[in-house]
Amino acid sequence: MASAIPEQRPVSIGEALRGLRHEAATYKGILSWIATVDHKRIGVMYGITAFIFFLIGGLEAMVIRIQLAQPNQSVVDPQQYNQIFTMHGTTMIFLVVMPMSAAFFNLMVPLMIGARDVAFPRLNAFSYWVFLLGALFLNFGWITGDIPDSGWFGYAPLSVQSLGHGMDFWMLGLQILGISSMAGGFNFIVTILNMRAPGMSLFRMPVFIWMTLVTSFLIILAMPVITIALFELGFDRFFAANFFNPENGGDPLLWQHLFWLFGHPEVYILILPAMGIVSEILPTFARKPLFGYPFVVFSGILIGFIGWGVWAHHMFTTGLGAPANAAFGVSTMIIAVPTGVKIFNWLGTLWGGSIHLATPLLFAVGMVAMFIIGGLSGVTHAVVPSDFQQQDTYYVVAHFHYVLFGGAIFGLFSGIYYWFSKFTGRMLSEGIGKVHFWLMLAGFNLTFFPHHMLGLLGMPRRIYSYPEGMGWDVYNMISTVGAFVIAASMLVFMFNFIRSIKRGRRASADPWDGRTLEWTIPSPPPPYNFATIPVVHARDEAWHRKYVEDDQGRIVRVPAGAEHDVESHEAAGAEGHHIHMPLPSIFPLIAAIGLPMIAFGLTYYQDTHGEWALPLIPAGVVVLLIGIFGWGLEPEAE
Amino acid sequence: MQHVTPAEHGMETSTGLDNRKLLMWLFLASECLFFGSLVATYLLYKGRSTTPPFPHDTTIAGVEYSGIYDIPFTSVSSFVLLMSSLTMVLALAALQRDNRRAAQVWILATALLGITFLAGQAFEFTEFYHEGLTVSSSVFGSTFFVLTGFHGTHVAVGVLILLSLFVMGLRGRLTSERSLNLELAGLYWHFVDVVWIVIFTFVYLIQ
Repeated sequence: MASAIPEQRPVSIGEALRGLRHEAATYKGILSWIATVDHKRIGVMYGITAFIFFLIGGLEAMVIRIQLAQPNQSVVDPQQYNQIFTMHGTTMIFLVVMPMSAAFFNLMVPLMIGARDVAFPRLNAFSYWVFLLGALFLNFGWITGDIPDSGWFGYAPLSVQSLGHGMDFWMLGLQILGISSMAGGFNFIVTILNMRAPGMSLFRMPVFIWMTLVTSFLIILAMPVITIALFELGFDRFFAANFFNPENGGDPLLWQHLFWLFGHPEVYILILPAMGIVSEILPTFARKPLFGYPFVVFSGILIGFIGWGVWAHHMFTTGLGAPANAAFGVSTMIIAVPTGVKIFNWLGTLWGGSIHLATPLLFAVGMVAMFIIGGLSGVTHAVVPSDFQQQDTYYVVAHFHYVLFGGAIFGLFSGIYYWFSKFTGRMLSEGIGKVHFWLMLAGFNLTFFPHHMLGLLGMPRRIYSYPEGMGWDVYNMISTVGAFVIAASMLVFMFNFIRSIKRGRRASADPWDGRTLEWTIPSPPPPYNFATIPVVHARDEAWHRKYVEDDQGRIVRVPAGAEHDVESHEAAGAEGHHIHMPLPSIFPLIAAIGLPMIAFGLTYYQDTHGEWALPLIPAGVVVLLIGIFGWGLEPEAE
Repeated sequence: MQHVTPAEHGMETSTGLDNRKLLMWLFLASECLFFGSLVATYLLYKGRSTTPPFPHDTTIAGVEYSGIYDIPFTSVSSFVLLMSSLTMVLALAALQRDNRRAAQVWILATALLGITFLAGQAFEFTEFYHEGLTVSSSVFGSTFFVLTGFHGTHVAVGVLILLSLFVMGLRGRLTSERSLNLELAGLYWHFVDVVWIVIFTFVYLIQ
């Protein structure tokens, strides 16, 4: 290890540049991606991985819908059905919406705050690799046949007693994913608080940055709670501990409390990034500043706080008693207020704007509309007697798909259409994009609106089949048809995406007449993002660089030549502008590999003939430590 | 304002707080939730055990059971851990005065105090095990071992960090300009100590 210690002496600019070129030349092709610490590349990897899992989770959903299309079907048996809905929920939440949001954090945060990278580039790479390996571990059961089967919420004691290794993969997979999320959360908080360009005070930050900040705080404070819950579950499963074992004084309800104490902040972790994206897109396409910026920001912060005091609304029927139910019912209604404030601000932003009805705006407006429907059914859940009726019915399924698919997924797609050109230098096809939007909107509502009726007609969740004559047949069939429409819309999207990467119209640096800093740099941005770190004078800095008020108070464009929006990056490069970028590193990946090794060891070592797995635990710890020490001792930049 | 790059040494941050220090504070904030959840679990299950041994003297159906805790012993090991915070402070103060030799001595002293605490915990765990308390014997066993074991793991990680810093010091890489490394280790170490005060109070002292 001694030889790995670098010389700690100041290096000249020339040496640094040579070093940089040398390092960059060391890693080419696939290795340059494996060793990358560039937030943009990491963001792209997050996005692609999350989208692949979106397709897998979507296929799982299709199996569910095919099975339920008609009464008394047996496409899958009950056990397989349990496995598929468990994996569908777990995948969509932990492997799709969270990492897709992380992709946007990675891609956009440094660009929007005027930074060259995140605060801890290698920690960022570590987050991605841990996420990827955790996701693969979670899905490993598809190979061995041990597939998680106790629901994405893993209620004890079912999750303790579940046979086989399915729930081990679930439990340890989520532990690994939690490490990834927390590492990302720390990184983005430090980046946002510490790496803002000069002049970008907190209240000049784009709303997306604010929502990333709130989400990151929720992540670092909520993930520990589920980590401990999973830790306790692990002790119950592996070492016959009694945390959730009523025979020995344990209480299965503790699992629900811990799970939902995490789980409710988690739903805001899922929706706030999408709300941030929409808050960027609506002003750009309405050509107006965001209406009531401070209200939107403070509402987001307030949601972050109140989100901690509503968890027991998932548990109204568990017998908490009337006072607790009433208190959590009221807190749940209160949290609807800041959410409503945001919706009115979005409507206020569109009101009177000169609207440019491009695809990103369609998805953003779709998000607002669908989220309102999901929000309203959410408020009905806050009414305790009403919730008693709806608990565990398809009405709940309708509600959370309207907020998570109608809300989060529509919001994330609007972000993809909005920022695609920034990273590819080409535009997604508007025409195909609109086909995608209308198909997805129609398919989504066809699929999930009937779930409201199904729930009110008493169809329970998580049943693998149902008899005839319940009045559920037609709604189920409509829902299944809708699922196929959504699937078709995804094919349209993928066609558009792949075609546009190759043959899309060339994009300028600022195709939408944007308002934030990312539109002041070339598309795609150079590795260092900003040749010169911008100095920020206003909220919507990029817009203020392009437009001024004339004598009559009319808004006019700054004449060409006078504007200083897109800087001459080639010139800056030619001057030998000394930009010190973080060096690529493979140690984050090495450290990450240690974690699934430990998890495999824990999963298998108690099996008959499982002796082979025991050494994996210390070996994984050693690999993790090698990664961490190598990481600590290598030079990080220059 | 001069345009400086993030990677450049001595970069001024927007808050003026060093990136790594801010990271450590955030990490400790999330640690509060880790320990908070475990302590909450312990308190929820306090007195719910149905099988002996029990933590404190208990009478069930006329049968008296003597408590398993050895408060004087644990008080001593708690004192050892708290003293390690003092040596930690002395180590940092010495390094900031560029008295590297003294810093090395105090770092090693802190690590040794930490190891002493861990040895005490290992002894305590073994004793309890011989009296029949295991992770699976009762809900008290589950909550006690997982909570104090989780804390002990934190102390062990702290010892590992301290020993790494000691080795860095031997190689002359721990200097007053790089005292932040030690300061961060100190923040973590003090946090782990403070958590022990909470655990000692709620788990051992309050009946």
